[in-house]
Amino acid sequence: MKKVFERPKSLTDVPFSYCPGCTHGIAHRLVAEVIDELGIQERTIGIAPVGCSVLCYDFFDVDMQEAAHGRAPAVATGIKRVHPDSIVFSYQGDGDLASIGTAEIVHAANRGEKITVIFINNAIYGMTGGQMAPTTLPGQKTTTSPYGRDTEACGYPIRISEMLSTLDGPAYIARASLHDPQNIVKAKSAIRKAFQAQVDGLGFSLVELLSTCPTNWGMTPVESLKWLEDNMIPRYPLGEYKVIEGVK
Amino acid sequence: MGEKILMKGAEALGEAAIKAGCRFFFGYPITPQNEVPEYMSKRLPKEGGVFLQAESEVAAINMVYGAAGAGARVMTSSSSPGISLKMEGISYIAGAKLPCVIVNIVRGGPGLGGIQPAQSDYFQATKGGGHGDYRMIVLAPSSVQEMVDLMGDAFDLADLYRMPTMILGDGMLGQMMEPVEFKERKPIALPPKDWATTGKKGRGKQNIINSLFLIAEECEEHNFELKKRYNEIEKNEVKFESYNMEDADVAIIAYGTTARIVKTAIKRAESKGMKVGLIRPITLWPFPEKVIAAAAEKVKAFLTVEMSTGQMVEDVRLAVNGQKPVYFYGRTGGMVPSPEEMVAEVEKILG
Repeated sequence: MKKVFERPKSLTDVPFSYCPGCTHGIAHRLVAEVIDELGIQERTIGIAPVGCSVLCYDFFDVDMQEAAHGRAPAVATGIKRVHPDSIVFSYQGDGDLASIGTAEIVHAANRGEKITVIFINNAIYGMTGGQMAPTTLPGQKTTTSPYGRDTEACGYPIRISEMLSTLDGPAYIARASLHDPQNIVKAKSAIRKAFQAQVDGLGFSLVELLSTCPTNWGMTPVESLKWLEDNMIPRYPLGEYKVIEGVK
Repeated sequence: MGEKILMKGAEALGEAAIKAGCRFFFGYPITPQNEVPEYMSKRLPKEGGVFLQAESEVAAINMVYGAAGAGARVMTSSSSPGISLKMEGISYIAGAKLPCVIVNIVRGGPGLGGIQPAQSDYFQATKGGGHGDYRMIVLAPSSVQEMVDLMGDAFDLADLYRMPTMILGDGMLGQMMEPVEFKERKPIALPPKDWATTGKKGRGKQNIINSLFLIAEECEEHNFELKKRYNEIEKNEVKFESYNMEDADVAIIAYGTTARIVKTAIKRAESKGMKVGLIRPITLWPFPEKVIAAAAEKVKAFLTVEMSTGQMVEDVRLAVNGQKPVYFYGRTGGMVPSPEEMVAEVEKILG
Protein backbone atom coordinates (compact mmCIF):
# COMPACT_ATOMS: atom_id res chain seq x y z
CA MET A 1 0.00 0.00 0.00
CA LYS A 2 1.33 3.47 -0.83
CA LYS A 3 1.89 5.78 2.10
CA VAL A 4 0.23 9.13 1.33
CA PHE A 5 0.73 10.95 4.62
CA GLU A 6 3.46 10.78 7.23
CA ARG A 7 5.33 12.85 9.75
CA PRO A 8 7.92 15.06 8.03
CA LYS A 9 11.46 13.87 8.62
CA SER A 10 12.36 17.31 9.93
CA LEU A 11 9.99 16.93 12.88
CA THR A 12 11.02 14.83 15.89
CA ASP A 13 8.50 12.38 17.35
CA VAL A 14 8.00 14.61 20.40
CA PRO A 15 4.29 15.55 20.68
CA PHE A 16 3.62 19.29 20.34
CA SER A 17 2.95 21.05 23.62
CA TYR A 18 0.60 23.63 22.07
CA CYS A 19 -3.00 24.23 23.18
CA PRO A 20 -5.81 22.54 21.25
CA GLY A 21 -6.73 24.59 18.18
CA CYS A 22 -3.50 26.61 18.17
CA THR A 23 -2.06 26.96 14.66
CA HIS A 24 1.61 26.64 15.74
CA GLY A 25 1.37 22.93 14.95
CA ILE A 26 0.34 23.66 11.36
CA ALA A 27 3.11 26.23 10.96
CA HIS A 28 5.70 23.78 12.35
CA ARG A 29 4.54 21.08 9.97
CA LEU A 30 4.67 23.39 6.94
CA VAL A 31 8.22 24.49 7.78
CA ALA A 32 9.31 20.87 8.28
CA GLU A 33 7.69 19.76 5.02
CA VAL A 34 9.51 22.51 3.14
CA ILE A 35 12.85 21.60 4.74
CA ASP A 36 12.24 17.97 3.70
CA GLU A 37 11.20 18.85 0.18
CA LEU A 38 14.22 21.10 -0.38
CA GLY A 39 16.49 18.36 1.01
CA ILE A 40 18.20 20.74 3.44
CA GLN A 41 17.55 19.09 6.82
CA GLU A 42 21.19 18.15 7.39
CA ARG A 43 22.43 21.70 6.83
CA THR A 44 19.60 23.63 8.47
CA ILE A 45 20.03 25.45 11.79
CA GLY A 46 16.97 26.90 13.50
CA ILE A 47 16.56 29.55 16.18
CA ALA A 48 13.82 29.24 18.78
CA PRO A 49 12.30 32.41 20.26
CA VAL A 50 10.91 33.26 23.66
CA GLY A 51 7.16 32.73 23.59
CA CYS A 52 4.87 29.75 23.12
CA SER A 53 7.26 28.23 20.60
CA VAL A 54 10.20 28.50 23.00
CA LEU A 55 10.45 24.71 23.01
CA CYS A 56 10.38 24.33 19.22
CA TYR A 57 13.94 22.96 19.36
CA ASP A 58 12.26 19.84 20.75
CA PHE A 59 10.04 19.59 17.66
CA PHE A 60 12.23 20.53 14.68
CA ASP A 61 14.72 17.77 14.00
CA VAL A 62 17.56 20.08 13.01
CA ASP A 63 20.36 21.77 14.95
CA MET A 64 18.81 24.56 17.01
CA GLN A 65 19.79 27.51 19.18
CA GLU A 66 17.49 29.07 21.74
CA ALA A 67 17.64 32.88 21.61
CA ALA A 68 16.88 35.57 24.17
CA HIS A 69 13.54 37.36 23.69
CA GLY A 70 13.57 39.18 20.35
CA ARG A 71 17.22 38.47 19.56
CA ALA A 72 16.73 35.57 17.14
CA PRO A 73 17.71 37.58 14.01
CA ALA A 74 21.00 38.59 15.68
CA VAL A 75 21.68 35.00 16.73
CA ALA A 76 20.80 33.86 13.20
CA THR A 77 23.25 36.42 11.83
CA GLY A 78 26.07 35.06 13.99
CA ILE A 79 25.36 31.48 12.88
CA LYS A 80 24.97 32.30 9.19
CA ARG A 81 28.21 34.29 9.11
CA VAL A 82 30.07 31.32 10.61
CA HIS A 83 28.39 28.74 8.36
CA PRO A 84 27.46 30.59 5.14
CA ASP A 85 26.53 27.29 3.44
CA SER A 86 23.97 26.38 6.08
CA ILE A 87 20.28 27.29 5.93
CA VAL A 88 19.36 29.36 8.96
CA PHE A 89 15.82 30.16 10.02
CA SER A 90 14.24 31.82 13.02
CA TYR A 91 10.73 31.12 14.26
CA GLN A 92 9.32 34.07 16.19
CA GLY A 93 6.03 35.30 17.58
CA ASP A 94 4.65 38.83 17.48
CA GLY A 95 5.83 39.85 20.96
CA ASP A 96 9.29 38.54 20.18
CA LEU A 97 9.64 39.98 16.69
CA ALA A 98 7.33 42.99 16.55
CA SER A 99 7.88 44.37 20.05
CA ILE A 100 11.09 43.60 21.93
CA GLY A 101 12.96 42.47 18.81
CA THR A 102 12.16 45.28 16.37
CA ALA A 103 15.74 46.54 16.14
CA GLU A 104 17.12 43.07 15.42
CA ILE A 105 14.53 42.20 12.75
CA VAL A 106 14.77 45.57 10.98
CA HIS A 107 18.55 45.46 10.75
CA ALA A 108 18.81 41.80 9.81
CA ALA A 109 16.33 42.52 7.01
CA ASN A 110 18.15 45.69 6.03
CA ARG A 111 21.51 43.92 5.84
CA GLY A 112 19.90 41.41 3.53
CA GLU A 113 21.05 38.76 5.97
CA LYS A 114 20.62 35.46 4.16
CA ILE A 115 18.25 33.95 6.68
CA THR A 116 14.56 33.01 6.68
CA VAL A 117 12.16 34.25 9.33
CA ILE A 118 8.86 32.58 10.15
CA PHE A 119 6.78 35.21 11.92
CA ILE A 120 3.70 34.03 13.81
CA ASN A 121 1.18 36.85 14.25
CA ASN A 122 -1.69 35.91 16.55
CA ALA A 123 -2.33 39.43 17.88
CA ILE A 124 -1.55 38.49 21.49
CA TYR A 125 1.14 37.30 23.94
CA GLY A 126 0.38 33.61 24.31
CA MET A 127 2.85 32.11 26.77
CA THR A 128 2.67 34.86 29.36
CA GLY A 129 -1.11 34.61 29.48
CA GLY A 130 -2.78 36.78 26.89
CA GLN A 131 -1.33 40.28 27.25
CA MET A 132 -1.59 42.98 24.58
CA ALA A 133 0.84 42.61 21.69
CA PRO A 134 1.95 45.32 19.24
CA THR A 135 -0.22 43.41 16.75
CA THR A 136 -3.35 43.39 18.96
CA LEU A 137 -6.30 44.87 17.07
CA PRO A 138 -7.97 48.15 18.11
CA GLY A 139 -10.63 47.36 20.68
CA GLN A 140 -9.34 43.82 21.22
CA LYS A 141 -9.53 42.77 24.86
CA THR A 142 -6.44 41.24 26.43
CA THR A 143 -5.27 40.88 30.03
CA THR A 144 -3.39 44.19 29.78
CA SER A 145 -6.05 45.92 27.67
CA PRO A 146 -9.11 44.75 29.62
CA TYR A 147 -11.29 47.51 28.12
CA GLY A 148 -10.07 46.82 24.61
CA ARG A 149 -6.94 48.22 22.92
CA ASP A 150 -7.21 51.98 23.08
CA THR A 151 -5.31 53.36 20.11
CA GLU A 152 -5.09 56.78 21.77
CA ALA A 153 -2.99 55.31 24.57
CA CYS A 154 -1.39 52.27 22.90
CA GLY A 155 -1.12 53.10 19.23
CA TYR A 156 -2.08 50.88 16.34
CA PRO A 157 -1.34 47.33 15.23
CA ILE A 158 2.09 47.23 13.61
CA ARG A 159 2.30 45.85 10.06
CA ILE A 160 5.67 44.16 9.91
CA SER A 161 5.51 42.75 6.38
CA GLU A 162 4.59 46.12 4.87
CA MET A 163 7.23 47.90 6.94
CA LEU A 164 10.10 45.55 6.10
CA SER A 165 9.19 45.45 2.43
CA THR A 166 10.19 49.13 2.14
CA LEU A 167 13.82 48.09 2.75
CA ASP A 168 16.28 47.13 0.02
CA GLY A 169 17.73 44.10 1.83
CA PRO A 170 14.84 41.62 1.73
CA ALA A 171 14.45 39.22 -1.20
CA TYR A 172 11.05 37.84 -0.29
CA ILE A 173 8.36 38.97 2.16
CA ALA A 174 4.82 37.58 2.27
CA ARG A 175 1.87 37.37 4.62
CA ALA A 176 -0.30 34.26 4.63
CA SER A 177 -2.95 32.85 6.94
CA LEU A 178 -3.52 29.48 8.55
CA HIS A 179 -7.30 29.69 9.00
CA ASP A 180 -8.43 27.29 6.27
CA PRO A 181 -6.98 24.59 3.97
CA GLN A 182 -6.78 26.83 0.91
CA ASN A 183 -4.78 29.43 2.81
CA ILE A 184 -2.59 26.78 4.42
CA VAL A 185 -1.61 25.62 0.94
CA LYS A 186 -0.76 29.24 0.04
CA ALA A 187 1.18 29.61 3.28
CA LYS A 188 3.26 26.58 2.42
CA SER A 189 4.01 27.97 -1.01
CA ALA A 190 5.22 31.23 0.59
CA ILE A 191 7.39 29.35 3.12
CA ARG A 192 8.85 27.35 0.29
CA LYS A 193 9.69 30.47 -1.70
CA ALA A 194 11.27 32.02 1.39
CA PHE A 195 13.55 29.05 2.02
CA GLN A 196 14.31 28.70 -1.69
CA ALA A 197 15.38 32.37 -1.76
CA GLN A 198 17.91 31.57 0.96
CA VAL A 199 19.08 28.39 -0.78
CA ASP A 200 19.65 30.54 -3.88
CA GLY A 201 21.55 33.13 -1.81
CA LEU A 202 19.18 35.95 -2.77
CA GLY A 203 18.87 37.67 0.61
CA PHE A 204 16.60 38.01 3.61
CA SER A 205 13.19 36.32 3.53
CA LEU A 206 10.23 36.45 5.89
CA VAL A 207 6.79 34.88 5.95
CA GLU A 208 4.22 36.31 8.34
CA LEU A 209 1.60 33.74 9.29
CA LEU A 210 -1.71 34.94 10.72
CA SER A 211 -2.44 32.49 13.51
CA THR A 212 -4.96 31.79 16.21
CA CYS A 213 -4.75 31.68 20.01
CA PRO A 214 -8.05 30.14 21.14
CA THR A 215 -6.92 29.89 24.78
CA ASN A 216 -6.09 33.57 25.22
CA TRP A 217 -8.70 34.86 22.80
CA GLY A 218 -11.27 32.99 24.92
CA MET A 219 -12.83 31.22 21.94
CA THR A 220 -13.25 27.72 20.64
CA PRO A 221 -10.81 26.68 17.92
CA VAL A 222 -13.54 27.03 15.27
CA GLU A 223 -14.60 30.48 16.53
CA SER A 224 -10.94 31.50 16.48
CA LEU A 225 -10.51 30.60 12.81
CA LYS A 226 -13.58 32.66 11.98
CA TRP A 227 -12.40 35.58 14.13
CA LEU A 228 -9.04 35.56 12.38
CA GLU A 229 -10.69 35.63 8.97
CA ASP A 230 -13.18 38.36 9.86
CA ASN A 231 -10.96 40.63 11.95
CA MET A 232 -7.27 40.03 11.28
CA ILE A 233 -7.24 39.74 7.50
CA PRO A 234 -8.86 43.18 6.94
CA ARG A 235 -6.16 44.69 9.18
CA TYR A 236 -3.36 42.49 7.84
CA PRO A 237 -3.98 41.95 4.09
CA LEU A 238 -2.60 38.71 2.69
CA GLY A 239 -0.19 38.55 -0.20
CA GLU A 240 3.39 38.92 -1.31
CA TYR A 241 4.94 42.25 -0.33
CA LYS A 242 8.41 41.86 -1.73
CA VAL A 243 9.55 39.48 -4.46
CA ILE A 244 12.88 40.34 -6.03
CA GLU A 245 13.97 38.97 -9.36
CA GLY A 246 15.09 35.38 -9.14
CA VAL A 247 12.71 34.30 -6.36
CA LYS A 248 10.93 31.12 -7.38
CA MET B 1 63.07 36.76 20.97
CA GLY B 2 60.55 37.78 18.39
CA GLU B 3 60.29 41.18 16.78
CA LYS B 4 59.02 44.04 18.95
CA ILE B 5 56.67 46.52 17.35
CA LEU B 6 55.19 49.70 18.69
CA MET B 7 51.41 49.37 18.89
CA LYS B 8 48.44 51.09 20.47
CA GLY B 9 46.81 48.91 23.14
CA ALA B 10 43.45 48.62 21.43
CA GLU B 11 45.00 47.62 18.12
CA ALA B 12 47.39 45.17 19.77
CA LEU B 13 44.32 43.60 21.37
CA GLY B 14 42.73 43.10 17.96
CA GLU B 15 45.87 41.65 16.43
CA ALA B 16 46.33 39.31 19.38
CA ALA B 17 42.78 38.03 18.94
CA ILE B 18 43.41 37.32 15.26
CA LYS B 19 46.65 35.55 16.15
CA ALA B 20 44.63 33.48 18.67
CA GLY B 21 42.41 32.27 15.83
CA CYS B 22 39.50 34.67 16.26
CA ARG B 23 37.86 35.21 12.88
CA PHE B 24 34.55 36.73 13.95
CA PHE B 25 34.00 40.09 15.57
CA PHE B 26 30.65 41.74 16.30
CA GLY B 27 30.63 45.15 17.91
CA TYR B 28 29.16 48.60 18.22
CA PRO B 29 31.07 51.88 18.45
CA ILE B 30 31.65 53.36 21.90
CA THR B 31 34.50 55.49 23.26
CA PRO B 32 37.21 54.69 24.41
CA GLN B 33 37.54 51.39 22.53
CA ASN B 34 36.70 52.32 18.93
CA GLU B 35 40.18 51.37 17.75
CA VAL B 36 39.34 47.70 18.42
CA PRO B 37 36.39 47.45 15.97
CA GLU B 38 38.18 49.77 13.54
CA TYR B 39 41.23 47.53 13.56
CA MET B 40 39.13 44.39 13.19
CA SER B 41 37.19 45.90 10.28
CA LYS B 42 40.50 46.46 8.51
CA ARG B 43 42.17 43.14 9.33
CA LEU B 44 39.48 40.45 9.53
CA PRO B 45 38.33 40.49 5.89
CA LYS B 46 41.98 39.94 4.90
CA GLU B 47 42.12 36.87 7.14
CA GLY B 48 38.96 35.35 5.69
CA GLY B 49 37.01 36.42 8.75
CA VAL B 50 33.94 38.51 9.41
CA PHE B 51 33.70 41.94 10.98
CA LEU B 52 30.16 43.13 11.48
CA GLN B 53 29.07 46.42 13.03
CA ALA B 54 25.83 45.49 14.77
CA GLU B 55 22.83 47.77 15.26
CA SER B 56 23.41 47.80 19.04
CA GLU B 57 25.48 46.18 21.76
CA VAL B 58 22.48 43.97 22.46
CA ALA B 59 22.51 42.68 18.89
CA ALA B 60 26.31 42.37 18.88
CA ILE B 61 26.44 40.08 21.91
CA ASN B 62 23.62 37.96 20.49
CA MET B 63 25.56 37.62 17.24
CA VAL B 64 28.45 36.45 19.43
CA TYR B 65 26.04 33.94 21.02
CA GLY B 66 25.06 32.63 17.58
CA ALA B 67 28.61 32.44 16.29
CA ALA B 68 29.94 30.85 19.50
CA GLY B 69 27.12 28.30 19.39
CA ALA B 70 28.05 27.59 15.79
CA GLY B 71 31.55 26.69 16.99
CA ALA B 72 33.60 29.78 16.10
CA ARG B 73 36.25 31.67 18.05
CA VAL B 74 34.44 34.97 18.42
CA MET B 75 34.95 38.24 20.23
CA THR B 76 33.21 41.51 20.99
CA SER B 77 34.55 44.61 22.65
CA SER B 78 32.87 47.56 24.27
CA SER B 79 33.10 50.00 27.13
CA SER B 80 31.09 50.23 30.35
CA PRO B 81 27.62 51.45 29.20
CA GLY B 82 27.86 49.07 26.25
CA ILE B 83 28.82 46.18 28.51
CA SER B 84 25.72 46.87 30.62
CA LEU B 85 23.67 46.37 27.45
CA LYS B 86 25.50 43.14 26.70
CA MET B 87 24.76 41.68 30.12
CA GLU B 88 21.58 39.94 28.96
CA GLY B 89 23.51 38.15 26.24
CA ILE B 90 26.43 37.35 28.52
CA SER B 91 24.07 35.63 30.96
CA TYR B 92 22.63 33.55 28.09
CA ILE B 93 26.14 32.71 26.86
CA ALA B 94 27.14 31.59 30.36
CA GLY B 95 23.88 29.65 30.74
CA ALA B 96 24.26 27.93 27.37
CA LYS B 97 27.91 27.09 28.15
CA LEU B 98 29.38 28.91 25.17
CA PRO B 99 32.96 30.12 24.83
CA CYS B 100 33.70 33.68 23.73
CA VAL B 101 35.87 36.64 24.61
CA ILE B 102 34.44 39.98 25.71
CA VAL B 103 36.65 43.04 26.10
CA ASN B 104 35.60 45.84 28.44
CA ILE B 105 37.70 48.99 28.16
CA VAL B 106 36.25 50.50 31.31
CA ARG B 107 35.30 54.18 31.53
CA GLY B 108 33.87 56.24 34.36
CA GLY B 109 30.25 55.65 35.40
CA PRO B 110 27.52 55.26 36.47
CA GLY B 111 25.16 56.07 33.62
CA LEU B 112 26.85 57.80 30.75
CA GLY B 113 29.67 58.67 33.16
CA GLY B 114 32.76 59.86 31.33
CA ILE B 115 35.23 58.55 28.80
CA GLN B 116 38.34 58.54 30.98
CA PRO B 117 39.85 55.33 32.43
CA ALA B 118 38.16 53.71 35.41
CA GLN B 119 37.92 50.41 37.29
CA SER B 120 34.36 50.82 38.45
CA ASP B 121 33.00 47.78 36.57
CA TYR B 122 34.77 45.29 38.87
CA PHE B 123 31.56 44.16 40.57
CA GLN B 124 29.77 43.80 37.23
CA ALA B 125 32.60 41.73 35.76
CA THR B 126 33.40 39.47 38.70
CA LYS B 127 30.09 39.01 40.48
CA GLY B 128 27.96 38.00 37.53
CA GLY B 129 26.67 41.29 36.20
CA GLY B 130 23.78 39.74 34.36
CA HIS B 131 21.04 37.66 35.94
CA GLY B 132 21.53 34.21 37.38
CA ASP B 133 24.17 32.23 39.22
CA TYR B 134 27.12 32.44 36.85
CA ARG B 135 30.72 33.55 36.62
CA MET B 136 33.03 34.80 33.90
CA ILE B 137 36.76 34.36 33.86
CA VAL B 138 38.07 37.94 34.17
CA LEU B 139 41.62 38.81 33.09
CA ALA B 140 43.14 42.17 33.98
CA PRO B 141 46.27 43.10 32.04
CA SER B 142 48.48 45.97 33.17
CA SER B 143 50.49 46.56 30.00
CA VAL B 144 49.98 46.33 26.27
CA GLN B 145 52.28 43.31 26.20
CA GLU B 146 50.25 41.57 28.88
CA MET B 147 47.04 42.40 27.04
CA VAL B 148 48.45 40.60 24.01
CA ASP B 149 49.65 37.62 26.05
CA LEU B 150 46.36 37.29 27.92
CA MET B 151 44.30 37.32 24.72
CA GLY B 152 45.58 33.87 23.78
CA ASP B 153 44.83 32.66 27.32
CA ALA B 154 41.35 34.18 27.14
CA PHE B 155 40.36 32.17 24.06
CA ASP B 156 41.95 28.97 25.39
CA LEU B 157 40.27 29.29 28.79
CA ALA B 158 36.92 30.06 27.15
CA ASP B 159 37.19 26.94 24.97
CA LEU B 160 38.56 24.77 27.75
CA TYR B 161 35.78 25.59 30.22
CA ARG B 162 33.05 26.52 27.69
CA MET B 163 32.32 29.90 29.21
CA PRO B 164 32.63 33.61 28.50
CA THR B 165 35.98 35.18 29.36
CA MET B 166 36.37 38.90 29.85
CA ILE B 167 39.44 41.05 29.39
CA LEU B 168 38.99 43.99 31.72
CA GLY B 169 41.11 46.93 30.66
CA ASP B 170 40.69 50.65 30.88
CA GLY B 171 40.97 53.64 28.58
CA MET B 172 44.61 54.16 29.56
CA LEU B 173 45.66 50.66 28.46
CA GLY B 174 43.58 50.90 25.29
CA GLN B 175 45.10 54.21 24.24
CA MET B 176 48.76 53.87 25.24
CA MET B 177 51.43 52.80 22.77
CA GLU B 178 54.05 50.32 23.87
CA PRO B 179 56.43 47.92 22.18
CA VAL B 180 54.87 44.47 21.96
CA GLU B 181 56.00 41.07 20.87
CA PHE B 182 53.54 38.49 19.55
CA LYS B 183 54.99 35.36 21.09
CA GLU B 184 54.52 31.92 19.63
CA ARG B 185 51.98 30.16 21.85
CA LYS B 186 52.23 26.51 22.70
CA PRO B 187 48.89 25.01 21.67
CA ILE B 188 47.06 23.32 24.53
CA ALA B 189 44.74 20.32 24.20
CA LEU B 190 41.18 21.61 23.89
CA PRO B 191 37.99 19.55 23.88
CA PRO B 192 36.33 19.18 20.45
CA LYS B 193 33.33 21.43 19.84
CA ASP B 194 31.09 18.48 19.06
CA TRP B 195 28.17 20.36 20.62
CA ALA B 196 28.19 23.17 18.03
CA THR B 197 25.30 23.88 15.66
CA THR B 198 26.75 23.15 12.25
CA GLY B 199 23.72 21.48 10.70
CA LYS B 200 23.34 17.79 11.60
CA LYS B 201 25.44 16.75 8.58
CA GLY B 202 24.65 13.07 9.07
CA ARG B 203 25.34 13.21 12.82
CA GLY B 204 21.86 11.81 13.58
CA LYS B 205 21.45 13.54 16.93
CA GLN B 206 20.43 17.21 17.06
CA ASN B 207 22.75 19.74 18.67
CA ILE B 208 20.78 22.23 20.73
CA ILE B 209 22.24 25.39 22.29
CA ASN B 210 20.00 26.36 25.16
CA SER B 211 19.77 27.74 28.69
CA LEU B 212 16.12 26.88 29.39
CA PHE B 213 15.31 24.31 32.06
CA LEU B 214 11.63 24.48 32.99
CA ILE B 215 11.85 21.68 35.53
CA ALA B 216 13.35 23.07 38.74
CA GLU B 217 15.33 19.88 39.47
CA GLU B 218 16.95 20.07 36.04
CA CYS B 219 17.67 23.79 36.37
CA GLU B 220 19.32 23.17 39.72
CA GLU B 221 21.34 20.31 38.26
CA HIS B 222 22.47 22.64 35.44
CA ASN B 223 23.56 25.25 38.00
CA PHE B 224 25.44 22.63 40.02
CA GLU B 225 27.24 21.54 36.88
CA LEU B 226 28.26 25.14 36.17
CA LYS B 227 29.37 25.52 39.79
CA LYS B 228 31.53 22.40 39.50
CA ARG B 229 33.26 24.00 36.55
CA TYR B 230 33.73 27.25 38.48
CA ASN B 231 35.28 25.35 41.40
CA GLU B 232 37.75 23.73 39.02
CA ILE B 233 38.68 27.15 37.62
CA GLU B 234 39.18 28.56 41.12
CA LYS B 235 41.54 25.63 41.78
CA ASN B 236 43.51 25.76 38.53
CA GLU B 237 43.47 29.15 36.89
CA VAL B 238 44.35 31.79 39.51
CA LYS B 239 47.01 34.18 38.23
CA PHE B 240 48.74 37.01 40.05
CA GLU B 241 52.00 38.90 40.24
CA SER B 242 53.83 39.26 43.51
CA TYR B 243 56.23 42.22 43.61
CA ASN B 244 58.59 43.28 46.38
CA MET B 245 56.62 41.22 48.89
CA GLU B 246 59.61 39.49 50.59
CA ASP B 247 59.84 41.77 53.62
CA ALA B 248 56.97 44.18 52.97
CA ASP B 249 55.20 45.80 55.90
CA VAL B 250 52.33 46.99 53.74
CA ALA B 251 50.92 44.98 50.83
CA ILE B 252 49.17 47.02 48.20
CA ILE B 253 46.54 45.13 46.24
CA ALA B 254 45.86 46.67 42.83
CA TYR B 255 45.24 45.53 39.27
CA GLY B 256 45.60 46.85 35.74
CA THR B 257 46.76 50.41 35.18
CA THR B 258 46.60 51.18 38.90
CA ALA B 259 49.09 48.39 39.66
CA ARG B 260 51.64 49.99 37.34
CA ILE B 261 51.39 53.24 39.24
CA VAL B 262 51.75 51.30 42.49
CA LYS B 263 55.19 50.08 41.34
CA THR B 264 56.36 53.67 41.02
CA ALA B 265 54.86 54.44 44.42
CA ILE B 266 56.71 51.48 45.96
CA LYS B 267 60.07 52.85 44.75
CA ARG B 268 59.28 56.26 46.22
CA ALA B 269 58.14 54.71 49.49
CA GLU B 270 61.36 52.70 49.63
CA SER B 271 63.43 55.88 49.29
CA LYS B 272 61.56 57.13 52.34
CA GLY B 273 62.44 53.93 54.22
CA MET B 274 59.05 52.19 53.96
CA LYS B 275 58.80 48.56 52.94
CA VAL B 276 55.90 48.16 50.56
CA GLY B 277 54.98 45.28 48.24
CA LEU B 278 52.35 44.62 45.62
CA ILE B 279 50.06 41.70 44.97
CA ARG B 280 48.54 42.23 41.56
CA PRO B 281 45.62 39.97 40.65
CA ILE B 282 45.85 39.06 36.95
CA THR B 283 42.71 36.97 37.19
CA LEU B 284 40.08 39.05 38.99
CA TRP B 285 37.87 35.98 38.89
CA PRO B 286 39.09 33.55 40.06
CA PHE B 287 40.44 35.92 42.71
CA PRO B 288 43.89 35.16 44.18
CA GLU B 289 42.56 34.89 47.72
CA LYS B 290 45.06 32.28 48.93
CA VAL B 291 48.14 34.40 48.25
CA ILE B 292 46.49 37.36 49.99
CA ALA B 293 45.50 35.21 52.96
CA ALA B 294 49.08 33.92 53.18
CA ALA B 295 50.47 37.46 53.00
CA ALA B 296 48.23 38.42 55.92
CA GLU B 297 50.46 36.32 58.14
CA LYS B 298 53.48 38.48 57.30
CA VAL B 299 52.46 42.07 56.56
CA LYS B 300 51.22 44.66 59.02
CA ALA B 301 48.41 45.95 56.82
CA PHE B 302 46.87 45.91 53.36
CA LEU B 303 46.07 48.87 51.15
CA THR B 304 43.75 48.31 48.21
CA VAL B 305 44.02 50.96 45.51
CA GLU B 306 41.44 51.16 42.75
CA MET B 307 40.03 53.57 40.24
CA SER B 308 36.65 53.20 41.94
CA THR B 309 35.14 54.03 45.30
CA GLY B 310 35.96 50.54 46.53
CA GLN B 311 34.94 47.32 44.81
CA MET B 312 37.82 44.82 44.75
CA VAL B 313 38.53 45.82 48.35
CA GLU B 314 35.56 43.66 49.38
CA ASP B 315 37.27 40.57 47.97
CA VAL B 316 40.51 41.59 49.65
CA ARG B 317 38.69 41.85 53.00
CA LEU B 318 37.15 38.41 52.46
CA ALA B 319 40.58 36.96 51.71
CA VAL B 320 42.27 38.69 54.67
CA ASN B 321 39.37 37.58 56.85
CA GLY B 322 40.07 40.00 59.66
CA GLN B 323 43.69 38.90 60.19
CA LYS B 324 45.07 42.38 59.46
CA PRO B 325 43.59 45.80 58.74
CA VAL B 326 42.60 46.48 55.13
CA TYR B 327 42.68 50.11 54.01
CA PHE B 328 41.34 51.55 50.81
CA TYR B 329 42.34 54.40 48.56
CA GLY B 330 40.50 55.18 45.33
CA ARG B 331 40.04 57.82 42.69
CA THR B 332 37.11 57.46 40.36
CA GLY B 333 35.08 58.92 37.49
CA GLY B 334 38.15 58.97 35.24
CA MET B 335 40.63 60.30 37.81
CA VAL B 336 43.86 58.31 38.15
CA PRO B 337 45.59 57.96 41.53
CA SER B 338 49.15 59.35 41.60
CA PRO B 339 52.18 57.66 43.19
CA GLU B 340 52.38 60.58 45.68
CA GLU B 341 48.81 59.95 46.83
CA MET B 342 49.59 56.27 47.32
CA VAL B 343 52.78 56.99 49.29
CA ALA B 344 50.83 59.39 51.49
CA GLU B 345 48.30 56.61 52.22
CA VAL B 346 51.10 54.20 53.16
CA GLU B 347 52.62 56.84 55.42
CA LYS B 348 49.27 57.25 57.18
CA ILE B 349 49.03 53.48 57.71
CA LEU B 350 52.56 53.11 59.08
CA GLY B 351 51.95 56.37 60.97
